[in-house]
Amino acid sequence: MSSSADLPRKDRKIKPSALCELCHGRKAVMKRPKNLQKLCKECFFLVFETEIHNTITSAKLFQKGEKVAIGASGGKDSTVLASILKTLNERYEYGLELVLLSIDEGIKGYRDDSLATVKRNQQQYEMELEIVSYKELYDWLMDEIVSCAGIRSSCTYCGVLRRQALDRGAAKLGIHHVVTGHNADDMAETVLMNILRGDTARLENSCSILTQSSGSPIKRSKPFKYSYQKEIVLYAHYKKLDYFSTECTYAPEAFRGTARELLKGLGAIRPSCIMDIIYSGEHFVLAQKKKVTKSYKNGRDKKAATAEDEQEINPDGSVALKTTKRDGNTCEKCGYITSNKICKACVLLAGLEASRAKASVDGSEEGAAKLGKTLELLSF
Amino acid sequence: MIKVKVEFLGGLDVVSNGVREHKVTLEGEEGQVTMKDLIDHVAKTVICDARDIPVFIQDDTVRAGILVLINDTDWELEGMEDYVVESGDVFTFTSTLHGG
Ligand SMILES: [Zn+2]
Ligand SMILES: [Zn+2]
Ligand SMILES: [Zn+2]
Repeated sequence: MSSSADLPRKDRKIKPSALCELCHGRKAVMKRPKNLQKLCKECFFLVFETEIHNTITSAKLFQKGEKVAIGASGGKDSTVLASILKTLNERYEYGLELVLLSIDEGIKGYRDDSLATVKRNQQQYEMELEIVSYKELYDWLMDEIVSCAGIRSSCTYCGVLRRQALDRGAAKLGIHHVVTGHNADDMAETVLMNILRGDTARLENSCSILTQSSGSPIKRSKPFKYSYQKEIVLYAHYKKLDYFSTECTYAPEAFRGTARELLKGLGAIRPSCIMDIIYSGEHFVLAQKKKVTKSYKNGRDKKAATAEDEQEINPDGSVALKTTKRDGNTCEKCGYITSNKICKACVLLAGLEASRAKASVDGSEEGAAKLGKTLELLSF
Repeated sequence: MIKVKVEFLGGLDVVSNGVREHKVTLEGEEGQVTMKDLIDHVAKTVICDARDIPVFIQDDTVRAGILVLINDTDWELEGMEDYVVESGDVFTFTSTLHGG
């Protein structure tokens, strides 16, 4: 029996319709979901990399000499991101110093294996690696948090604690820029979720390629904003990149799962819908902002001038800091930069402590239930 | 009898006891067996627990979010379910949803 991998028998009878639509010389191996173009492996690599380079340059993401931390989970997105940034940094002379930054949440089995992958990536890509753990930052393991707060809210914790852990890890390394592997599918999912929840205020951040929390010295950016999940997986597959692909033991937020299913269904019918949703998300915000300012000014002429000086209120209820440094811009408990008196992570952890204490006193579920309510109000 | 190789990658191996490579033998003559038959056969024989079949199949085809390659080529270029299976073919199913 002959193996097809050694003997590409189908390559010998290539029809013109099976050729790459760019070079017209090699057999196409993939169809781009973005525009249905058929490409050979080599052209796909080049097109995929060049599009990301164009995204980076048109958004002016990096400055020469900048030190940039790659939020590395060992999963496909961040592994491909590390590989591509290394390639582009060399090809186009960005002059970046790239560092891998990983979070050890303390999830038995799952995180141990994925960190092993990141350690191999460190060798493969010849980058510095920094690992920050929840245990050292918060004195809680993710496994402990879940056993205390219940599995249902686990991703809320993940979101808040992870973000802060990445910031702190970056600060420790003296880095002011963290890149993450969020891709176009993720972005479209978030836009859909915000639309379905009527959360127009949050649409803005979910679509911007570069974000910075109020008061935080650390920039976040998403070079894969316009890259499809399918192409990221194909890139990893054809380049034989070493990534870790076991699902996090703690399932994603239920509503995100629903949005993802919806998006997959839509994408099967109309593959360009991911780009279309991102495009919509970007443009909804602009129109809405204008309208609010206008009606505000028309309705209250006298106060219009002072309104400019007023503080902008973030969707999470915190207040954006203006150029002047105000009291209370660092967390009273941990000293982390926050626009509230106490940072989100500390609020969550205080809730956890309370619920652990409560549960041990009367053994009731009340503590956890109350915490769940607090979490809903915070709505991250 | 047609002998092919089936791979479950990207975390999809959770539904096949962590086994990523499978040797699969299909009944029938070459030229008569399609990708559709292969998918049904794989669902019945490779997936350990029948309750996990929806992870692989949805609406009578491979679930959206699973990338399908036939001999390392995107199955969308090979006729998808209508592809005619040949001996020695390699079918790769990769979940794109697991572990970003
Ligand atoms: Zn080509
Ligand atoms: Zn999570
Ligand atoms: Zn704090």
